[in-house]
Amino acid sequence: MTKGRVVGINGNMVTVEVAGDVTMNEVAYVSCAGKKLKSEVIRIRGRLAEMQVFEMSRGIGVGDEVEFTAELLSVRLGPGLLAQVYDGLQNPLPELAAQCGFFLERGVYLSPLDEKKEWPFTPTAGPGDTVSAGDALGTVPEGIFSHRIMVPFQFREPLRVERIVPAGSYRILDTIAELSDEKGNRFPVTMTFTWPVKRPVTCYRERLRPVEPLVTQIRIIDTFIPVARGGTYCIPGPFGAGKTVLQQVTSRNADVDIVIIAACGERAGEVVETLREFPKLADPRTGRTLMERTVIICNTSSMPVAAREASVYTAITLAEYYRQMGLHILLLADSTSRWAQALREMSGRLEEIPGEEAFPAYLESVIAGFYERAGLVRLRDRSSGSITIGGTVSPAGGNFDEPVTQSTLKVVGAFHGLSRERSDARKYPAIHPLESWSKYPGLIHAPGTEYARDILFRGNEVGQMMKVVGEEGTALEDYELYLKSEFIDSVYLQQDSYDPVDAAVPTERQRHVFRLLFKVLASRFDFGSKEMARFFFNQLRQKFLDYNGSPWQGDDFRRYEDEIRSFLETKRSGEDEEGGRILKELGSDTAGDPS
Amino acid sequence: MKKIYSRIEAIAGNVITVHAGGVRNGELAVVSSAGQSSLAEVIRLREEKVSLQVFAGSRGISTGDRVRFLGHPMRVSFSADLLGRIFDGGGKPRDNGPELDENMIEIGGPAVNPAQRIIPRNMIRTNIPMIDLFNSLVESQKLPVFSVSGEPYNPLLARIALQAEVDLIILGGMGLKHDDYLFFKETLEKGGALNRTVFFVHTASDPIVECLLVPDIALAVAEGFALQGRKVLVLLSDMTNFADALKEIAITMEQVPSNRGYPGDLYSQLAARYEKAVDFSGAGSITILGVTTMPGDDVTHPVPDNTGYITEGQYYLKNGRIEPFGSLSRLKQLVNKDTRADHRALMDSMITLYAAYKESLEKKAMGFKMTDWDRKLLKYGVIFEREMMDLSVNIPLETALDNGWRILASCFSPEETRLRSELLRKYWPSREGESD
Repeated sequence: MTKGRVVGINGNMVTVEVAGDVTMNEVAYVSCAGKKLKSEVIRIRGRLAEMQVFEMSRGIGVGDEVEFTAELLSVRLGPGLLAQVYDGLQNPLPELAAQCGFFLERGVYLSPLDEKKEWPFTPTAGPGDTVSAGDALGTVPEGIFSHRIMVPFQFREPLRVERIVPAGSYRILDTIAELSDEKGNRFPVTMTFTWPVKRPVTCYRERLRPVEPLVTQIRIIDTFIPVARGGTYCIPGPFGAGKTVLQQVTSRNADVDIVIIAACGERAGEVVETLREFPKLADPRTGRTLMERTVIICNTSSMPVAAREASVYTAITLAEYYRQMGLHILLLADSTSRWAQALREMSGRLEEIPGEEAFPAYLESVIAGFYERAGLVRLRDRSSGSITIGGTVSPAGGNFDEPVTQSTLKVVGAFHGLSRERSDARKYPAIHPLESWSKYPGLIHAPGTEYARDILFRGNEVGQMMKVVGEEGTALEDYELYLKSEFIDSVYLQQDSYDPVDAAVPTERQRHVFRLLFKVLASRFDFGSKEMARFFFNQLRQKFLDYNGSPWQGDDFRRYEDEIRSFLETKRSGEDEEGGRILKELGSDTAGDPS
Repeated sequence: MKKIYSRIEAIAGNVITVHAGGVRNGELAVVSSAGQSSLAEVIRLREEKVSLQVFAGSRGISTGDRVRFLGHPMRVSFSADLLGRIFDGGGKPRDNGPELDENMIEIGGPAVNPAQRIIPRNMIRTNIPMIDLFNSLVESQKLPVFSVSGEPYNPLLARIALQAEVDLIILGGMGLKHDDYLFFKETLEKGGALNRTVFFVHTASDPIVECLLVPDIALAVAEGFALQGRKVLVLLSDMTNFADALKEIAITMEQVPSNRGYPGDLYSQLAARYEKAVDFSGAGSITILGVTTMPGDDVTHPVPDNTGYITEGQYYLKNGRIEPFGSLSRLKQLVNKDTRADHRALMDSMITLYAAYKESLEKKAMGFKMTDWDRKLLKYGVIFEREMMDLSVNIPLETALDNGWRILASCFSPEETRLRSELLRKYWPSREGESD
């Protein structure tokens, strides 16, 4: 084992004189006042290794002993990860609290998985089978999922199963199989293994293009700026625009198997809400609690900065592990800017030549590398799994021209830009409908959303104009366009996340409601005066909001829909030609869905 | 006993470098010059070269001065004896009282385990309608007052401190004008709160390094009291001065600046302080109320910008009033559901109408035709500003709610308020009491 001694300290960076070989990104422990502090090698110059310490560096002195582990920064994988709350280095926080009390004591590292718990294992491979890294040897039930016990990802060559235990209860460290390679080397395998966080897992057959929508049950997203399973998206926005609330709502309602929340450098209070509420909230799909399908990686703003950088990698590695079981995972990272800032702090200490706003020059490639670990894959057993990454960005001053936002925009498939203007006007979710974009297909027939977007765009222009010339100087036709765009905004784009019904709108309902909305948009009206037009749309809006708040296909729902339809007829004089055609393509508007 | 070194190799800004062995990161030392001595803290080590930042500044320090290492990091005495006392940023008494050296605790301790936090649930009443009614302050919240210099933010802070239902007040002053320091002292004295207050004050003329210590020292003490089960309110004025002190030291240390000269870790540095706000389950709590002056009323300036991302909202003080727009308490929905049934709805309705008033005002300024509705709004806006926003209004929440209904009734018909019918039936003032 290589050893070294501390020769310099600058903030959380320690310079170590090494006797022997060191590896880049190797984990080492600095001995300080009887404690061993975890650190990672980030630069090597001759006999000097520079390391970032994942803990407070107070009290470290020149001459302190350093032990190198010859292992890269890794996470432990195995059954029991779900429902856990970890810090950025996969330390289980509740267990840590039980041991250390209120505060995060440094130098205490606990096992991420319960080593005493017994799991009912069912083998799926048999002696003589040929298996490769990532293939299943058997399964254990973990919550509602069948957790595959896999051949550790490290093995590069196909292996032969020499021996496998019969079905029964085992602990994660028990040997459950013995594998051998061509040379006859034998490898005992347990239910758990480690994997370096910065190395993507690639034990799949092929990567596929993400085309299937990931339903978030947020109308503006699913209809106008959709996310795909296996895709990536980012949410930049100034403070107070509702990034975290949007993430929280998504984490509850998104149609995926597992949600991994990486709370990276943000407020502790926000994680606490998730932490305390998820165990009480029911997952509508399974009836179990939401916590049972969630993993929280929590490295909040006052926790050590170096571990913040590690936390997003810890999260993505856990996601890759579950994807390997044919599951669909959503990784929510809040916020990637804090992670970029952690890189910047370290880069500054390393005295690297700074790029824009002092971010390191490699910022772009690091961000790209992270988002590229998302994806839809086909596994060797033909099943498929996906990781979708949604990252928030906290741009300085709310200005999207800064390096983190720009680097992120280059690599993501959808952009949900939050606007201060909309959040100030209490229009939630405050996603800007005109500036945001997505490259993925949505729930709704595309010409329909294009048509609606066009009305939003032109209506917005009329609205701008009206600020200058006033209502008096606007033509009735333009004014009607403006009212239509406002109507889309208030009844469709905005959504009340506190209302039990409106908070989450499933696919079927979205399609249904969109058709009704579209009927309004495609209609020609006979108003006569602006007062009449405004009055009409105010009434219609009120009915539509009540409609949005009533349970799907209930009595109220039908009644409001009938009211809206008959009210619409009172002023409707015809139909826009293009709109009418699209309306037919959208399907029948009275019956349910066209299947 | 620790060795004494008497060869200072370099002096740059407030940082000195000595040749010494066996020194630990963050350790404290005493630098003794001819007539004075000052504390200094180790901030960088390279082999035998030790860099220290000198709390009292480097002016007058000679290369021949003696440096004695103390073998421990910066600490502060923690006991009930602190109450009613006034200290400087280095923990030295400013009030001619005795120095305290019992039960020394380290400052800048570790973060609270998120798994040990609880969801905040108690409202702190301040009797200021713009806070209690529209943006309730919650125990364990961290909230800055965003303000332009010249606004009465210190009187506001002092008033909240006096009226808030807390056990202890800890004032951390950074770059405080001497007048402001005296103002705080006199106000709290007059209000009879001095014996439950601890001051850590760095005034504008004190050495800059001591400014850096103020939040840590104030919060370490607050943490001590909170763990004993006390509800502590920490006032930090002004955090922009703290950030500027960080900038100054970072530049001296030749760190690469990121945004307008501020160090890249400004966010982490501010967060490490603000995140000390906590509600300990089974013990007390720390609530932090800070002041962040915005140079040029620019909310995108790095200090207010980074602060906004860290804190749970902000009070935006402008023209001597807390503006309803731009102000936000992120935790208010945790408490305003339990105050009175009409609280939330009335709050939303009054704000929506005030926003509409602003629009009408704009229309009027541009010479557009005023409708009846516009005229109603214009009337409402003036009353709202007078009875709700004026900082001299000092009433309990319940009175503020009652006044809210009265104001609405004097300007609008019930259905114009968009309030739900059941609330209107219960709270809408009857015709008789109404003024025209």
